[in-house]
Amino acid sequence: MKKRMLAALFGGLVSMAVTAAEYDISVDRVQIDTGDFVKEGIGYNGASPGPILRFKEGEEVTINVTNNLDEMTSIHWHGLILPFEQDGVPGISFPGIKPGETFTYQFPIVQAGTYWFHSHSGFQEPNGAYGAIVIEPEGREPFRYDREYVVQLTDKHPHSGDRIMRNLKMSADYYNRQQQTVGDFFAESGEKGFMAALQDRMMWGDMRMMKADIEDVQGFTGLINGKGPEQNWTGLFEPGERIRLRFINSSAMTYFDVRIPGLEMTVVQADGNNVQPVNVDEFRIGVAETYDVIVRIKDEKAYTIFAESMGRSGYARGTLAPEEGMTAEVPELREAPLLTMADMAGHMDHGGMDHGDMSSDDMADMNRDDTGGDDMAGMDHSAMGHGSMDEGDGASMPEDPFYAKGSGLVPTASNGGKFLSYADLKAQNPLYEHREATREIELRLTGNMERYEWSINGIKYEDADPIVLQYGERVRFKFVNETMMTHPMHLHGMWSILDVGEGKWNPLKHVISVAPATTVYMETEVDAPGEWAFHCHLSYHAASGMFRKIVVEGGPDSTVAEGKQNGTPGGES
Amino acid sequence: MSRLTASMCGLALTSAALINPAMAQEDPAKKTQTAKTFWGVSTEKLEYRYSDSDEELAVIEGDAYYGTDELKFRWLFEGEWEEAHNAWETLENQFVAQVPVDDFWDAKAGIRVDTPEGPDRVYGVLGLTGLAPYWFEIDTNLYVSDEGDASADFEAEYELLITNYWILSATFESLLAFSEDTEIGVGQGLNSTEVGLRLSYDVIGRSFSPYVGVVHERKYGDTADLARDSGGSTEDWFAVVGARLSF
Repeated sequence: MKKRMLAALFGGLVSMAVTAAEYDISVDRVQIDTGDFVKEGIGYNGASPGPILRFKEGEEVTINVTNNLDEMTSIHWHGLILPFEQDGVPGISFPGIKPGETFTYQFPIVQAGTYWFHSHSGFQEPNGAYGAIVIEPEGREPFRYDREYVVQLTDKHPHSGDRIMRNLKMSADYYNRQQQTVGDFFAESGEKGFMAALQDRMMWGDMRMMKADIEDVQGFTGLINGKGPEQNWTGLFEPGERIRLRFINSSAMTYFDVRIPGLEMTVVQADGNNVQPVNVDEFRIGVAETYDVIVRIKDEKAYTIFAESMGRSGYARGTLAPEEGMTAEVPELREAPLLTMADMAGHMDHGGMDHGDMSSDDMADMNRDDTGGDDMAGMDHSAMGHGSMDEGDGASMPEDPFYAKGSGLVPTASNGGKFLSYADLKAQNPLYEHREATREIELRLTGNMERYEWSINGIKYEDADPIVLQYGERVRFKFVNETMMTHPMHLHGMWSILDVGEGKWNPLKHVISVAPATTVYMETEVDAPGEWAFHCHLSYHAASGMFRKIVVEGGPDSTVAEGKQNGTPGGES
Repeated sequence: MSRLTASMCGLALTSAALINPAMAQEDPAKKTQTAKTFWGVSTEKLEYRYSDSDEELAVIEGDAYYGTDELKFRWLFEGEWEEAHNAWETLENQFVAQVPVDDFWDAKAGIRVDTPEGPDRVYGVLGLTGLAPYWFEIDTNLYVSDEGDASADFEAEYELLITNYWILSATFESLLAFSEDTEIGVGQGLNSTEVGLRLSYDVIGRSFSPYVGVVHERKYGDTADLARDSGGSTEDWFAVVGARLSF
């Protein structure tokens, strides 16, 4: 269906009758009340989160954004395929929107699904400048539902974004209140013996790394549609209905493990694109990802939507209820996971950043040894060989090809059931024809946790040259995570085709989460001319340097859409 | 000798400029999408000390910085106010430039100005600060005074987490002089050591953490003799109460 839309667009946009819709958004200072604290922040049309923008596939939208702040602002339409001048990244797409000014965005809607929008200026997004986008498809959807809700998650922190960034730079563990204590040490030595516990501490201490380094920014209140756990956002339903929940993770830093105890969820969309339905009990939503699930509730009782942060330092909670005021039990947070040596493997192999020599071309020493061939998901674990040496009870460890073998981060469903893996995601109706990539680009995700510096190939954005792509090529990106943090990598303007080893059924995404010590591949059909942003979507990682500008050279003049969908490969591989 | 300190500062600044390439201009998004400069103010120690010989001291030790990942300017201050004499027994201000030299270590260069009760001194400073394996925070410096005397200090700190809010921090400081400077009570060799143990609780984030603790100070060799001659003590135990602050 999307393919048809694109073909129609490229074929004869001029002759096509498109409907037009106009929206007005003001960017305002607002109060954000989480139930735990009240905080001044930034919102849209007087509130945070902003409105849900409902577009229709095929229409041309005009959005007038008025900046009522005393600083520059911008809106980025996260996941939308549009001309690069409309993408909303100050310094790349456009200069930004000055205080008091109104900027008019105008672009065709060429896709359907669940997306979101947010400011791309400073830390306005963590400060509250985000909202949801729902795009109704032109054709019929391959699933049915009676009712739908946007479930927009965020990790609202009492500190402003600037303050958080500054504190992290002063001390990377500033917000980490899950560090291993004396008590943990004695508990551990009770379990596996004093010497073993001591050795373990010494090993981590020798690396100056922390097992508890999973969530950099703790102390937040998880919100669903702007409401804290106590304020309990509630979606009403009639028993017997199918309800579509459009989950959006608008957090600055936090991955959530989402479940609705008592209900099975059918995942039908990932990052706005239809996937072959998967029934799950729980799923992990990376920062900036979206998942659409359908639940069917037969009985007249309330169900809790429970979203625990990956590091278990906080949670968001909402309710699905037949009547306002009905609630269900709110589960306890599960025990916090700990990183293992398997998660550290990428770091140990390659060390941290090379400070003295940051401007040198690190591409030259990219000849890393790839242990092991491609396994079923088309990933090669750089972790292999180090895997599961930590706990020694590898046999009982859960596995997921998108985590290092023996990783402490592998999720399990709280009821022992099915937890969604990237490996389960298969496109419903592939947008692109499957073809060999014309070349591969390796991007090592690198950093120095102690200094809170984050980079790609050991080079921070401020010292980096742009990544140049040729219009028409299909690039295979190889992400090698050499850090012990999980990075949700977001490419603007073009789809990220996640390699789950399913060829043409590989799913289209806009965020690819890369777990510690893993290698993940994605391919991109370079079909959007112009300049685009590409970055880790953790706000403080992006601002610390895990960011690149992507330049797409060649291609048709962006205002005159003509030519074949894929063009001819123009890049040397 | 102040020419020496000036040239040391100059050296630090030039090397910092070399590390920081001037290529940030070409892409305007490097400015809008990057958080570049940071600042911070903190006092490691802000405390009152009561000695076993009824001496009472107010002590402040902290720093303020401004800069980037590649180059920071840091002002470090340290003062000991003696109740009995109504005077600063110690008053040090250091102004240093700090650059990373390794994943975990920074080099520092700058000047130190001592203006306590009694004669003043100005020093050139070269230092190394960072995190050693097993989480020991280390700070060590080499000083050359305007009188031509060289000395060095070494500080180590280890934080033991009783819980994630109750923190027991152990500190060790020592001072070593390569030549004597009797005017300010410094003998050749190991001058003094200070060992401290402080139990703190983080009340407001990491911004306000009150603590109690004990500190043991000892002077050695010629330095001890000089202290004795001027009627001072050579070994003291203190009970301390104070707070760590951070902004």
